[in-house]
Amino acid sequence: MAEPLLELRHVRKAYGALVVTDDVSLSVEPGELHAIIGPNGAGKTTLIHQISGTLPPDSGQVLFGGEDITRLPMPRRVRRGLARSFQITSILPGFSALENVALAVQARSGSSFRFLGNAAQEKALNGPAMECLDLVGLSPRAYVPAGLLSHGEKRQLELAIGLATEPKLLLLDEPLAGTGHDESQRVVETLRRLKSRLTIVLIEHDMDAVFSLADRVSVLVYGRVIATDTPERVRTNPEVRAAYLGEEELV
Amino acid sequence: MTELAETPSAPAPSLTTRLELIPIVLFAAFAAAPLLATSSGAEGYVLSLLTRVMIFGIAAMALDLILGYGALVSFGHAAFLGLGGYAVGILASHGIEDALIQIPVALAGSAVFALATGAISLRTKGVYFIMITLAFGQMLYFLATSLAPYGGDDGMTLSSRSLVAGSGILENDFAFYWVCLFCLLGTYAFSRALVASRFGRVLRGTRENTTRMEAVGFQPFRFQLVAYVISGMMAGLAGCLLANQAEFVSPAFMTWQRSGELIFMVVLGGLGSLHGAIIGAAAFLLLEEFLPEILHAAGFFLSEETRSHLAENWKMVFGPLLILVVLFVRGGIMGLLRRPHHG
Repeated sequence: MAEPLLELRHVRKAYGALVVTDDVSLSVEPGELHAIIGPNGAGKTTLIHQISGTLPPDSGQVLFGGEDITRLPMPRRVRRGLARSFQITSILPGFSALENVALAVQARSGSSFRFLGNAAQEKALNGPAMECLDLVGLSPRAYVPAGLLSHGEKRQLELAIGLATEPKLLLLDEPLAGTGHDESQRVVETLRRLKSRLTIVLIEHDMDAVFSLADRVSVLVYGRVIATDTPERVRTNPEVRAAYLGEEELV
Repeated sequence: MTELAETPSAPAPSLTTRLELIPIVLFAAFAAAPLLATSSGAEGYVLSLLTRVMIFGIAAMALDLILGYGALVSFGHAAFLGLGGYAVGILASHGIEDALIQIPVALAGSAVFALATGAISLRTKGVYFIMITLAFGQMLYFLATSLAPYGGDDGMTLSSRSLVAGSGILENDFAFYWVCLFCLLGTYAFSRALVASRFGRVLRGTRENTTRMEAVGFQPFRFQLVAYVISGMMAGLAGCLLANQAEFVSPAFMTWQRSGELIFMVVLGGLGSLHGAIIGAAAFLLLEEFLPEILHAAGFFLSEETRSHLAENWKMVFGPLLILVVLFVRGGIMGLLRRPHHG
């Protein structure tokens, strides 16, 4: 088997007596869409913070492409190809959608310590940015200030920003949170298109979306991974059903 | 759609020609002023007042660069005015009177001070940043008051204005006026380019959402620090000019009140438009200059004694007036100029 792209080894994080992620070990293979599900408060977002570098784990290791990145700050991880989106939309509201994405392109291409030349006119930045917007279906809205986009469009924009950093792995923290039915359909379609291009770690509440997209699913309950398997097998796993799925209507 | 594409924080490309008109008119006014001054009969007074306006315009614009575009509220920016002033004063007292040496020394001094204090201050956020920049400013102020060989508390008088490559051309008020205008125009053009550049875009992005900038791979601290250094150097240049304008340097250049005035100029003119800061500086200094007379004239229905009291205590009107502008005219004077367009 190929070397996993992302590997968590016994990652643990506690706030006082409250253990939020407890000895989590997980490996994400290159090219797969790996979903992490779990009931509210299972520690999903805390886990993604530790992978992306916003929170340091108390113990354990995070390996990316075989290298230990446990202590690297977020910007350095992004430069290695580990991008993320946020559960609560995080964009630059005063910038146009295109500029939001172009900034991410700029972060990857050449020095940003250039004091002259109008960055907004740089074709080398706007071109790839437009492609990313196209990919998520936002190109008609490229010149609209991001703050004026609808909630669903903002989620799409976050995806485009993530893509523009040319990640090897994209961490998505509930990309469907707060979207309406039609909007979430659109995001799911986008994700389906992206699946073939890069590795994705998806944290999501929407079970329909997870089971239709994921190659493998890990179930997190009270900070512990209780199962990692294909969607079909996870669905029939008695332990999972007992701990989590039993209370939900499964498709 | 065009309405949507317009945001107050967007840089040059989306600004309409109407807004480009303001800096053009502003600089044209500065260029025309000396000609009018000649015919006014009080030429020396008008020139020196407007020269001060331009010098503070440079300093306020320097502050706007980090305050308006980087949301960094530096409450110690007068320190750089002082640094520039003392560089001129101290070098002159040792016989180095050429601006071609004084200005590079002032800029280097400002850069080093900005780098050292910025590297510490920028690790803090919000109120702490304001307080720590204030503390550094005060530190320099007290250092200046203790410089006994250079006048201490009283400051020192320059024997003459700086030379330029050995020539005393700056002694001429007109020549000095044009040099200040050239500096103002130069720093303005540079700042405009800076704000629209790759660097400026990162700075503006950091102002809006630091976490997002980190999440695409930028380290905001570095960009903020470089911006702080550039801003400090610009204010240092203003300090050099101010010392020459007054032919005097004293610790009063860098009191915390002066830092506060700079912030006020920027807010009064309108944050984040650069020429707004120049207009703010002009409005502030001209009001300061003429408010006593305006008050005296406006109080024609009062007794002579009350009128002179009013004129004497003009600051009691000045303060509330500034507060009213900030409260009721969002975006300062630039906001006022922009409004008819949006309506």
